Amino acid sequence: MSDVKIKIIDRDGVSHEVDAPTDMNMNIMELVRAYELAPEGTIGVCGGMAMCASCQCYVLSETELPAKSDDEDAMLAEAFYVKDNSRLGCQLHISEEMDGLEIELAPES
Amino acid sequence: MIKTDILIIGAGPTGLFAVFEAGLLQLKCHLIDALPQAGGQCAEIYPKKPIYDIPGFPEVLAGDLVDNLMEQIKPFQPGFTLGERAETIEKLEDGTFIVTTNKGTKHQAPIVAIAGGLGSFEPRKPLLDNIEKFEDKGINYFIKDPEVYRNKKVVIAGGGDSALDWSIFLADVASEVSLVHRRNEFRGALDSVEKVQKLKNEGKINLITPAEIVSLNGNGVLQSVNILKTAEVQEQIELEVDHFIPLFGLSPKLGPIGDWGLEIEKNAIKVNTFDYQTNIPGIYAIGDVNTYPGKLKLILCGFHEATLMCQSAFQRIFPDKKYVMKYTTVGGVTGFDGSKKEAEKAVIKSID
Repeated sequence: MSDVKIKIIDRDGVSHEVDAPTDMNMNIMELVRAYELAPEGTIGVCGGMAMCASCQCYVLSETELPAKSDDEDAMLAEAFYVKDNSRLGCQLHISEEMDGLEIELAPES
Repeated sequence: MIKTDILIIGAGPTGLFAVFEAGLLQLKCHLIDALPQAGGQCAEIYPKKPIYDIPGFPEVLAGDLVDNLMEQIKPFQPGFTLGERAETIEKLEDGTFIVTTNKGTKHQAPIVAIAGGLGSFEPRKPLLDNIEKFEDKGINYFIKDPEVYRNKKVVIAGGGDSALDWSIFLADVASEVSLVHRRNEFRGALDSVEKVQKLKNEGKINLITPAEIVSLNGNGVLQSVNILKTAEVQEQIELEVDHFIPLFGLSPKLGPIGDWGLEIEKNAIKVNTFDYQTNIPGIYAIGDVNTYPGKLKLILCGFHEATLMCQSAFQRIFPDKKYVMKYTTVGGVTGFDGSKKEAEKAVIKSID
């Protein structure tokens, strides 16, 4: 198991390239928290249950990602600032296929 | 003025368990919560989700955990101020605090324990121009008194349980109920979804999907909303309404507590790990709302913090009283309601 590189643009537009572990059962929301790229309390509010959309992000790269679950799809249908490339970070489990993924955090709402 | 020994801000699991630990020390508690029911996030966001790390419970639904805590603290008769947000705090000369809510309810206690989780839950407002202008003038994010909507034209927006449930409820009250959602699919309890389907078929709910409210019209008060239907052929319609109720869930904000002069770090209140007291003596912070080196936002850690907080609070209130911690197995639980629970006495009897 090795780390993958993921590029995250924070809510202030600053780009960060971070090492993401594939063997820690982590998702993108937790990765953002681990690197403190968004203030605590503004991301991952529900803890990762696809129930708050505070970890919404836009996928900028062409990286192949697992399909949305019904829960994620339904939550995004109620969220704000949603675009065609919106995903919930908490539903994106970090895997080796994600090497080179680029995402941008959606605004806080 | 509501008077108590420990005023707890936040009625989530940590705040509720604090009532129990305080009760063992014969201290009375009163809780304030911005939500209309106790339980915090467990009750509001994920009541039907299982939790696996509550000691002694291999699996427990968040909602059931809250029910159990309410049962556990019942003998200690906690008071509740629900649906109100703690707004200001004032320290009196005698060392006690007065906490006033956004509705003006005043509470006095020598000890304040902030168990506010991520903060008070505020409605998530749709991104519409002028929305603030129409708040309380046709737009409300909570339904407090359903009678307000009797014989009125109401439009509800949202796709979750609260949008479904209130559409069902208001179908019998309002003269016209429209439900607008971006998708044709709704996420809610199965019987709510089926009920809305039935009411739609009967013509009692005007279901507008997939669609989105895009602008608001009115002169002083809300008169109509513009709805963009987003099916294959896009179409904008104007719907005359008296009330618009956006139900897009809630998001927690630390809110006024952030202005109480407490040391804040990373959206949380700094405490010491000896008794979880803040920089203001007499004000404690327990559970997800606090931070200290090594902090973990776990319910089980909140329980521990609540327990130590109560011991310290007791010593603050009664500096001269001698006290040693007693096991509930030994001392039992004596409620303020006169109830008494204790271990059954063993029989000492010879066996021939």
